[in-house]
Amino acid sequence: MDANDTSHREPPAIEAVGLHRRYGPAGAAGFDAVRGLDLTVRRGELLALLGTNGAGKTSTLELIEGLAAPTAGRVRVLGLDPHRERAALRPRIGIMLQEGGFPGDLTVAETGRTWTGLTTGARPVDEALDLVGLLDRRKVRVKQLSGGERRRLDLAMALLGRPEVLFLDEPSTGLDPEARAAVWRLVRELRAQGTTVLLTTHYLEEAEELADRLAIMHRGRVAAAGTVAEVIAGRPARISFELPERHGRYETLALPPLPGAEVTADGRRITVQTHQLQSTLTGLLGWAAHQEVALGGLDARSASLEEAFLAIAASADTATVHPAAPALIGTAR
Amino acid sequence: MTTVTSTTRPATTGSATGTTAGRLLALGRAETTLLLRNRTALFTALALPVFLVGGIRSLLKQQTPHATTTDLNSTLTIGVLGLVLLFVVYYNLTAAYVARRGELVLKRLRTGEARDLEILGGTAVPSVALALLQCAVLGGAGAALLDLPVPVNPLLMLAGLALCLVLLIALAALSSAFTRTVESAGITTLPVLLISQFGSGLLFPLSGMPHGLAEVCRVLPATPAFQLLRIGWFGTDGTSPATGFAGSWAEAAPQLGLATLWAGAAVWAARRWFRWEPRR
Repeated sequence: MDANDTSHREPPAIEAVGLHRRYGPAGAAGFDAVRGLDLTVRRGELLALLGTNGAGKTSTLELIEGLAAPTAGRVRVLGLDPHRERAALRPRIGIMLQEGGFPGDLTVAETGRTWTGLTTGARPVDEALDLVGLLDRRKVRVKQLSGGERRRLDLAMALLGRPEVLFLDEPSTGLDPEARAAVWRLVRELRAQGTTVLLTTHYLEEAEELADRLAIMHRGRVAAAGTVAEVIAGRPARISFELPERHGRYETLALPPLPGAEVTADGRRITVQTHQLQSTLTGLLGWAAHQEVALGGLDARSASLEEAFLAIAASADTATVHPAAPALIGTAR
Repeated sequence: MTTVTSTTRPATTGSATGTTAGRLLALGRAETTLLLRNRTALFTALALPVFLVGGIRSLLKQQTPHATTTDLNSTLTIGVLGLVLLFVVYYNLTAAYVARRGELVLKRLRTGEARDLEILGGTAVPSVALALLQCAVLGGAGAALLDLPVPVNPLLMLAGLALCLVLLIALAALSSAFTRTVESAGITTLPVLLISQFGSGLLFPLSGMPHGLAEVCRVLPATPAFQLLRIGWFGTDGTSPATGFAGSWAEAAPQLGLATLWAGAAVWAARRWFRWEPRR
C-alpha cells in the first residue's frame, strides 16, 4: 500500500451485521443456518472463512453474494445491497461457487465465450484460461474435465471481469498439490494487486498461507476472528505424554505442581494445557528427571490454528470453551 | 499458469457486452449449441410436430363432416401452429430448465451480470426461434397448399403469438419447478399438453363441441392466445361469419383480455414457484 492509501476512510468492501438465514417454515420444522453473523472485510484484504461442515459458510456466502436475501440483518458489498442492487454490483465482483454450474456438453472455450458475453469488460477468454492453466484444454467438453480442472475453469470465469471483490467457495477442494500451489500463487497475485478476496476453505494451512485475517464460523455465527496470531492468542499451549506403569498402577503417580496449567488424563495419556509453555515444561521435566520417570511420547506444542479450530468446533453453543476435566490427577498443589 | 498482468480495465472487448441483447445473444448461442448436441431434444423439437400434422387433418375431417373447406383448413392451420408452439416451446423448454437447474447452471448464471428474466429468456431463445421458424415454414406451406386467404389482421396474429410465447415460457418455468429430472418432464408436462391439445381447439374445434363444454374450453389458459391467431388470420374463431381488419378487433377483444390475463397469471406463478437450484 502506498502513501495514498485511503482504506481507513473508505467503507469496507464487505460488511455484514446481524445476518440471519432461515430455511423452511417457522418453528421446529425450519432450520437457522446463519444466526446473527457479523463480518467485515476491508478493501484489499483477504479474509478466509473457516468452519466445520454445516457451520453455515456457504449459506453466509450466498447472502453476501446476493443469491438470497437474509431473513434478518444487513449486508453491504462495496456499499451496495447485494440482493436488491444485484445488477449494479455484479460487474464489480467475481464469484466461484462450491461446485459446478457449467453445462457438460459445452467445451471450455464455448463456456468462456458465453461468459464473455455476460461480463462487462471481460478479459480475453484465452488470458483467463491461461491464468488457471487450462489453455490446452480449450476444446474439451466440460463433462470430460477432471474435478480439479472444473474448479480451475470456475475460477477462470470468476476472474473474467477483473473483479474488485472476489468470492471463492472452497477454491482448492479437489485440486492436486501442484494445482493447489498454482491457485495459491494466483490468489496471492490478485491480492497483491488490490483485489479483495473472501474465501471459504476446509484447509487450515490454506487460510494460514493466504489470509490477512480469518473468521471461524460455528453454528451460524463467527466464533473467532482476527489474524492467525489474534485467533491463537489466548489459546493454551499443549504438552502431552504417557506415564509409565509402576507396580501395575500409574494413577497414583503424583505430578508436580504446575501453576496455571490444566491437567487432564485419558488413561495413561496425560495432557497439560498451559499459557506458559516454557515454565510448565521446565517444571515437568525437572520433576521427571528427579523422579526418574520416563515420559513416553512426549510432545509439546505452542497453540496452533488447528487447536483453536478444533476447540471451537467441539464447543457447544456458548462462545467460551470449557476444557473438559475428567479424572483429574496429580494437580497436587 | 501465467501471472496476472494487470488490474486496470482496458476498453471493453466484445461489441454486444453489457446490454440485455448481448446477454440474450450469449445465452441463446450457448443454448442453441446444447440443443444441437442433444439428439433426444432435437428430435422432439423437429420431428414430432411433423408427425402430428399428418394425423390432424383426418382427425378433424371425421369430427366435422359438414364443415366447409375453409373452416377445416383454418382449424387445421391453427392446430398445427399450436402443436408446434406447445411441443417446441413448452415441452422442450421445461426439459431445458430442469437440465440447467440440475447442473447448477442457473445458479451459476445468477452470480453473473445476467438478470433473472434474461437467464430464463436466454435459455428460451433456441426453442422460440425454432418454433417460429417451424410456424413460418408450416404456415407458409399450408397457405400455399391449402390456398388459404391472406391474414385479415396480422397485428392480432402477432399479439396472439407474443402472448402465446409468454404464456408457454412462463408455464415451462412453472412446470420445471415441479420436475426433478429431465426424464420426468415427460410426465409433469402432460397436464398442460393434454388440456391444451384437446381443450384449446387444436385437435377438436370448439365449434364442434357441446355448448357447455365449449364455454369451459374457451377460458382454458392457452385457448384465447390460439384463438387470437385464428381470428387474426381468418377473421373469425369459427363461431361467427368472418370479419375484416376493423371487425376483427371487436371479435378478438375478449380473447385479447383473457389471453393477457392468463399470460400475467402464468408469469406471476412462475416467479412465485420457480426454483433456481435443486432442492437440498
